[in-house]
Amino acid sequence: MSIPEVIERVRARFSEAVQEVVEFRGETTLVVRREALVEICRFLRDDPGCPFNLLSDLCAVDYWPERPRFAVNYHLYSLPRNLRLRVKVFLGEEDPVVPTVTGIWPTANWHEREVYDLFGIRFEGHPDLRRILLPEDWEGHPLRRDHPLVVEPVQFSFNWQEIDARKPYARE
Amino acid sequence: MAMRESEVQAFTLEQLKHLVSERALRGETILLNVGPQHPSTHGVLRLLVELDGETIVSVVPDIGYLHTGIEKHCESRTYTKIIPLTDRIDYLSSMSNNLAYVMAVEKLMGVEVPLRAQYVRVILTELQRIASHLVWLGTHALDIAAMSVFLYCFREREMILDIFEMVSGQRMMVSYFRVGGLWRDVPEGFEEAVRAFLKLMPARINEYERLLKKNPLWLRRTKGVGVISPEDAISWGVTGSSLRGSGVNYDVRKAQPYSSYDHFEFDVPLGENGDVYDRFVVRLEEMRQSLRIIDQALRRLPKGPYITADRKVTPPPKEELAWSMEALIHHFKFWTEGFSPPPGEVYHAVESPRGEFGVYINSDGSPKPRRVHFRAPSFVNLQALPIMAKGCLVADLVAIIGSIDIVLGEIDR
Repeated sequence: MSIPEVIERVRARFSEAVQEVVEFRGETTLVVRREALVEICRFLRDDPGCPFNLLSDLCAVDYWPERPRFAVNYHLYSLPRNLRLRVKVFLGEEDPVVPTVTGIWPTANWHEREVYDLFGIRFEGHPDLRRILLPEDWEGHPLRRDHPLVVEPVQFSFNWQEIDARKPYARE
Repeated sequence: MAMRESEVQAFTLEQLKHLVSERALRGETILLNVGPQHPSTHGVLRLLVELDGETIVSVVPDIGYLHTGIEKHCESRTYTKIIPLTDRIDYLSSMSNNLAYVMAVEKLMGVEVPLRAQYVRVILTELQRIASHLVWLGTHALDIAAMSVFLYCFREREMILDIFEMVSGQRMMVSYFRVGGLWRDVPEGFEEAVRAFLKLMPARINEYERLLKKNPLWLRRTKGVGVISPEDAISWGVTGSSLRGSGVNYDVRKAQPYSSYDHFEFDVPLGENGDVYDRFVVRLEEMRQSLRIIDQALRRLPKGPYITADRKVTPPPKEELAWSMEALIHHFKFWTEGFSPPPGEVYHAVESPRGEFGVYINSDGSPKPRRVHFRAPSFVNLQALPIMAKGCLVADLVAIIGSIDIVLGEIDR
């Protein structure tokens, strides 16, 4: 079974849920609706013709300032068939919530925690949604595009009054 | 001051009670904190271990002590300037990381790589695999109190690092591969140095094998310890030697050959029981297979250019700048603006010494990527540690951590 056949089967089964199929550099991306994500993932894992039994990666992308803002990518690999497929789900900024796939591939657990930690995307039904890389008390989600890379701007001015006003601690 | 100290306590039982058994809450089992400053955790890994006597009930890994924000950093750099960052993800296999990243960019740009560059890449990444496995073997044996192996392994690793220094000027942070080929052609004496290593190494691997493989102490510490079934290993996303130790035949070099790995003959060693011992045997055999690949690649190393002539992704040779206006423009554009791939996304995976190392790049058409994500095999493999360690003795934990061969730099990125 090849990737076009897999796409055909998914389309036949979940016709409304498949938003788009993108081909780029020999890779196929299946863009699906959030509501049907878990069902499609379960279908892909259990499909006897081509079981995608290994979730090789899960990561998020921030398309800011475009809309919809976030996307979560699921990189699937089928060990028996040696095929790769990317499933993608877009999320709006107001409601960055996506159902968890830990029930399908347990390995998604840490990947989802990482995405939650760095993007602030919540995974509904995740058994242990805590920060994983950053400290518990960290504020913000640094991999968002509007999160600054450096917190303190470089000082180019020699207007000491202005500096004093902005950084009262600099005098000490 | 005492107040401050109580504030930094991030790990409280209240927050983690859903991860430990109810007996821990009643005080019937012991909660033991291992790390982050502990030599057998191979870096800064912290584990909360729940013990019933000496038996492990559950393990809760706590990571992130080495988080450096490399993925965020990538977003503000041009594609070429990201290569040095990839060295620092998994500092024991910088060649493999370089390779995964440049191949992902090549896929994105649609660039062809000359055959000579592909072969040199194969030779160097296989040397890197041996070097990484040597560090693993040495430290793993050291953890199980076999001191001498460590000294031998680091002696041989030094030879590989010398070869790396010869080609790239650096021993560990090599940054030798470039998009479209290599930084420079390999210097004179490279082939001789690799041949000398090839000649010496098989006997040395036999030596390690004789030291450990039938050593009764080693067998008692590793046989039947830290078992993971093939089904569990797949569903937990375990890749690399840890997966093959459970008997699952998945090696990216064979399954989806890249950089002309399909030109070479090699076997994928497989284990049967999925225990610490099988993972040890698999890695030892992998070193021999790497030598086989290097030997073939070196014999058939073609002549020719070491980098593509596509001026979009490579700067022109310096001497061309003297007479060609076009070369000057390319040079200037390359070093200031960088190159702009078409908008789109790619994922490219290679077999790093630790497993499937994947790079996901999302381009918005500008000279800087929108998102770069590294699929770190150690990160995923470590997640299976609680499965392997359950029911083992607390002393086995050290052996199990060693056997999955983690690098914390890669886990925390």
